[in-house]
Amino acid sequence: MAQLSDDTQTPQGDTAPAALPGDGLREGIVDTLRNDIGEALIDTLLKPNDDLWVRVSAESWLATGQALKAAGFTYFCFLSAIDWMPSPFGNSQDDPDDEPKKIDMTIKQGYTGGETRMQVFARLTDIDRHVGLTIKADVADDNQVVDSWSQLFAGANWHERECHEMFGIGFNNHPDLRNMYLPGDFEGYPLKKDFPLLARMVKPWPGIVDVEPMPDFEEAADAPAAEAPASAIEGAES
Amino acid sequence: MTLTDRQQLSYIASQAADARLNVELETEGMTLNIGPQHPATHGTLRIIARLDGEQVVWAEPVAGYMHRGYEKLTEVRTFPQVTSLVNRIDWLGSFANEVPFILAAEKLMEVEAPPRAQVIRTILFELSRIANVSLFLGDLGVQMGAITPVFLAFRDREYILNLIEGATGGRFHPNFDRIGGLKDDLPKGWIQETKGAVKKLEEFCDTIDDLLFGNEIFQSRMRGIGVIPADIAKDYGLSGANARASGIDWDLRRDQDLPLSYDLADWKVWTHPDGDSWARCWIRLQETRESCKIVGQLLDQIPAGPVMTKVPRIIKVPEGEAWVATENPLGEMGYYVVSKGDLGPFRVKIRSASFNNISIVPWALKGVYVPDIITILASLYFILGDIDR
Repeated sequence: MAQLSDDTQTPQGDTAPAALPGDGLREGIVDTLRNDIGEALIDTLLKPNDDLWVRVSAESWLATGQALKAAGFTYFCFLSAIDWMPSPFGNSQDDPDDEPKKIDMTIKQGYTGGETRMQVFARLTDIDRHVGLTIKADVADDNQVVDSWSQLFAGANWHERECHEMFGIGFNNHPDLRNMYLPGDFEGYPLKKDFPLLARMVKPWPGIVDVEPMPDFEEAADAPAAEAPASAIEGAES
Repeated sequence: MTLTDRQQLSYIASQAADARLNVELETEGMTLNIGPQHPATHGTLRIIARLDGEQVVWAEPVAGYMHRGYEKLTEVRTFPQVTSLVNRIDWLGSFANEVPFILAAEKLMEVEAPPRAQVIRTILFELSRIANVSLFLGDLGVQMGAITPVFLAFRDREYILNLIEGATGGRFHPNFDRIGGLKDDLPKGWIQETKGAVKKLEEFCDTIDDLLFGNEIFQSRMRGIGVIPADIAKDYGLSGANARASGIDWDLRRDQDLPLSYDLADWKVWTHPDGDSWARCWIRLQETRESCKIVGQLLDQIPAGPVMTKVPRIIKVPEGEAWVATENPLGEMGYYVVSKGDLGPFRVKIRSASFNNISIVPWALKGVYVPDIITILASLYFILGDIDR
């Protein structure tokens, strides 16, 4: 029988304060990635002391994953997609008796820009250096397919299944793109913005009461609304 | 990576299972269906296992029985309304679900909660971890036929739930966190009561340590079973105690800079090199103790001051994207929030810990024996609401 480890020696407790990643480290990551995939790195965004976003071309989606994995980003966090089209149904927060507002249907992508309606995005973490980044890629409107990461990160398998089911994005070389949540014959892709939330269409959400503008809304937006509770002294003895 | 003997054994067993499937021995295989309703599954998860004799050659979890579509629903809610939804993702540690979302919204709005609110947030966060994991520790016995621990767990968890109810008004779904702080201050006498309850929970941990972890049957069912090496764990995105049990020294409470008060307390991140079922359970036991320690220390350090910063009454979150993840009872729970400057979020991607933690099941169950299915699932510890969202 294999020798079992002994409790008295094996557990390790670590109280060392974390060396938090600096922006220099993040810039280095961008440089490494640019060396590896070259022109395929379309845009980057570094928010100081916050986070890093990169956008790559859809063709280099797999190559980006490989390059980042080789650069130390071995921890797979998540993979999903964003539909940047504004919802044609609004956000269902208006009073149904009012005249429906005109919805601006201009597609406007977020950080690091983009050209297409759909984008896949994923997050990888480097556990040793305590740093993570978000990778985005445009998915062509007429051919919504990218390469699968499931051979690279085993955990991507389920995330891609979910993404396929919810957004209709295909993944090349994925072993098994069955539905996870919905019946197999379900039509439509629920998380796309043009998929209506039927329950909301039938009966308006009673919570709209919460977002009705207050009579003094204009002042309230400028003036401090929430006062500190006067009784906030309990526990102050320390 | 150096394989320990146990990892080698587990590898050989899974290779043997593969070989059998390929050779198609004359013995007839059998498909075993576990669930959707089964005491080991904390909800409704179905496992389909293909057996060869007593050994699993192939297993597949079927999730989705509890999908509630929170990512879609958040798009038609305002920011303050979202907390009441995400409360219900991991229902045993509800308050912990609210915190990363609120932190993401605060990051976009560039506001920060006052120090008093940060400390109280951290205390409530840890209390929900204790409530969550103490039930896991109790339930662990049930999976192996020991009934007593679960009664102890339900008894002692009640102390924590009473405290959460006392502070927030809700036992299971507090909905207490607000953008810019907390809904309310602590009630009178709460701090003293919490100190007493934390002592009781520390005693509970000792009892479970004796009763369960010191039990020979428990040890033989757990040690060396379901070994997950560190590189596999990272590949699948295992987080929380499951990752630390595989020797990955990674804890989001310590390893990132968030406006929570963990640096005020003296505590440890436990790791275990074995990666087996035992290690995962043992790490959770230690973490409950550490949480008790954190709460005990923070109770003495609550600063005076307001619990709410100045935010507009009608909250419009500026355009932008933010990712915030925290170390929740089940592991890394994060929200990727995209705002277009409206009252509600444009898109919220909810990265829940159990979804990744359970996607390793087909790998982990390959080659194990039927009774071990239950203990491995139990030690991976998932909550169905956290898988399906």
